[in-house]
Amino acid sequence: MNWKRKDLLGLEELSREEIVAILDTAASFKEVSTREIKKVPALRGKTVVNLFYEPSTRTRVSFEVAAKRLSADVINVAIETSSVRKGETLIDTGRNIEALKADVIVMRHSSSGAAAILAKKVNANVVNAGDGWHEHPTQALLDMFTLKEKTGEIKGLKVCIIGDIAHSRVARSNIWGLTKLGAEVIVCAPRMLIPPEIEKMGVKVSSNADKAIRGVDAVNVLRMQFERDEKTAFPQRLEYYKNFGITKERLHKAGGNIIVMHPGPINRGVEISSEVADGPNSVILEQVTNGIAVRMAVLFLVAGGEKNRT
Amino acid sequence: MRFLIKNSRIIDPSRNFDEPGDILIEDGKVKDIGKNINLEADKIIEASGKIAMPGLVDMHVHLREPGREDKETVESGTRAAAKGGVTSVLAMPNTEPAIDCADSIERIKRISEERAKINVFIAAAITKGRAGRELTDIKKFKNLGVVAVTDDGSSVDDASLMLQAFSAAGKERILVICHCEDRKLSAAGQVNKGLTSTRMGLRGICRESEYSRVKRDIELSAKAGSRVHIAHVSCRESIEIIAKAKKKGINVTAETAPHYFSFNENEVTGFDTNKKMNPPLRSQDDVLSLKQALAEGVIDVVASDHAPHTENEKDVEFDKAAFGVTGLETELSACIELVEEGRLDWLKLSRLIAYNPASILGINKGSLRPGSDADIILVDADKKWQVARGNFVSKSKNSCFIGSTLKGVVEYTILDGRIIYEAGLQGKK
Ligand SMILES: [Zn+2]
Ligand SMILES: [Zn+2]
Repeated sequence: MNWKRKDLLGLEELSREEIVAILDTAASFKEVSTREIKKVPALRGKTVVNLFYEPSTRTRVSFEVAAKRLSADVINVAIETSSVRKGETLIDTGRNIEALKADVIVMRHSSSGAAAILAKKVNANVVNAGDGWHEHPTQALLDMFTLKEKTGEIKGLKVCIIGDIAHSRVARSNIWGLTKLGAEVIVCAPRMLIPPEIEKMGVKVSSNADKAIRGVDAVNVLRMQFERDEKTAFPQRLEYYKNFGITKERLHKAGGNIIVMHPGPINRGVEISSEVADGPNSVILEQVTNGIAVRMAVLFLVAGGEKNRT
Repeated sequence: MRFLIKNSRIIDPSRNFDEPGDILIEDGKVKDIGKNINLEADKIIEASGKIAMPGLVDMHVHLREPGREDKETVESGTRAAAKGGVTSVLAMPNTEPAIDCADSIERIKRISEERAKINVFIAAAITKGRAGRELTDIKKFKNLGVVAVTDDGSSVDDASLMLQAFSAAGKERILVICHCEDRKLSAAGQVNKGLTSTRMGLRGICRESEYSRVKRDIELSAKAGSRVHIAHVSCRESIEIIAKAKKKGINVTAETAPHYFSFNENEVTGFDTNKKMNPPLRSQDDVLSLKQALAEGVIDVVASDHAPHTENEKDVEFDKAAFGVTGLETELSACIELVEEGRLDWLKLSRLIAYNPASILGINKGSLRPGSDADIILVDADKKWQVARGNFVSKSKNSCFIGSTLKGVVEYTILDGRIIYEAGLQGKK
């Protein structure tokens, strides 16, 4: 298919065909990373700016490697967001970066919708690298890519997303992506971490981890952060691990043969046991590898790279 | 000075009058309404095909002066009003400083006398500085010309203080207007709570935060024997509570704003900050309930809640953007849509936007009865227009109707028998 979007803001707005196109493009790029010279000239002469309002070494590095393997020039801009310092507005920053002749702006921001707001104001292609609790499309795409690689087909799979669903952009993007590709999705968390009416997004909701993961093909374990400055009540750390932590015993009880994913960085002994994270069910490191191929595909497609041959 | 409007369709909600005819204006008052008034006049407008009705009485307008003249001034806001067919506004007191004492009331009166293009009526705050802690001197307000008290922008959280406010206002026969929101429930919310807040990854504003306060304020007002007017109703439960109270004979009136019946929450999911307001856009079910409540008279008034904001306050991250939208220049067209849909007739419409708010405020407006002030608009109800940033008179452009095509254009706005706005002339001055 012909890619027509200027930006990648989220998976909610993508069609099934567009998601498949990204995954297929990623598959062809994965091979590049196995070559001796891990580079193609697809985005030669283009400039990719990583604009990060939140520190995230993993995602930033992954985009940086992806852009470089496409021969693009990469500039990293980290913006401090201390509430004391009154900096320039998001749109001013975006326009300034564009004035440097940036072709693609990859943005991580703590406000939901920030990428959508920026995208309307700049001509550069905007790739959302995570906005607030809203979406983290490339993470979900790499999760799906990994699942597809492991199982052959997303359609018909049963996937449980477990953890702080309410505050998770990874969960939202996975829900849109997986349901569009025909997977069955169960979200599992303590009631207080389930956002209202999420079942209307086409998922099943459970607060019983053992029931939720019984018979699933994969479980996507979200990073738990207990230090949020939230008024919402949070579960106790140990209690959470006991009831929702992904351990060998819990996996065994649920049927054993379950793919375990995690967007990282992992909290060992908080949401997942070391044994599982490092064990045979885990595809966590493969996700990191696949992240580069998926981000290469996204950068390539939005930057109009289809005119170039890989 | 004698002024004659010929051959329009005349709508006078004060006496259920909807007939073609002529309007004779003399010395700023409606002198006569009838068929074939053929007198010599200083000015004659041939208005066949047009609707003549009382100018809008918009009882919920933030003119921002004093303090935020970068968003709007009395001058710019009332000029925008004239374009929208609004001839009277109730100016909200959440200015900087708030209108909460004799000095600030005198000041805004003076500014209005000097610079307002239309009638500006004044609402004062319920509590000093709108801080919710200490009552203002409500008993002095009536003599200063204040027609209502409200802490709009906030609700008075302290129920016993609110009860005292109702008692004081009740004694003075001053209307109390309530912005109903329990901040403990709506805390930091951005959009309607539910699928919309979940999809957008934002904190939600729950319906309970509104209707629990509607319920409380109606109960307190009844206890104090005062009237109460509920501002910007957005959800079905609030409507049900108001309907029930009215049935019981409680002296409650209510308003909604055009955005609440023109758009549902799906409009906001693209993170358009011009669709961010408080209360938020609600569900389609709420939209339908509001339309029905307007048709049935459970909601008495449509008011704009005109809330101008600068681009600096809107062109930012969604959660940092200011709440509120402008409305003076689009409200009539938004209401005409309800006539188009067959939910209202012109008389009902005119009651909602002119006659009812005037009676609720106790001001002598909203009527074309001979002897009344000649605040009249002539409307081309069939003419379509495209809402664009460029065509606003208001200093601020944060309209949620930008991009919409609306029906109904104000051709003339007449205040005290003088033409203060004429379509096509605006902007050429
Ligand atoms: Zn309000
Ligand atoms: Zn208001």
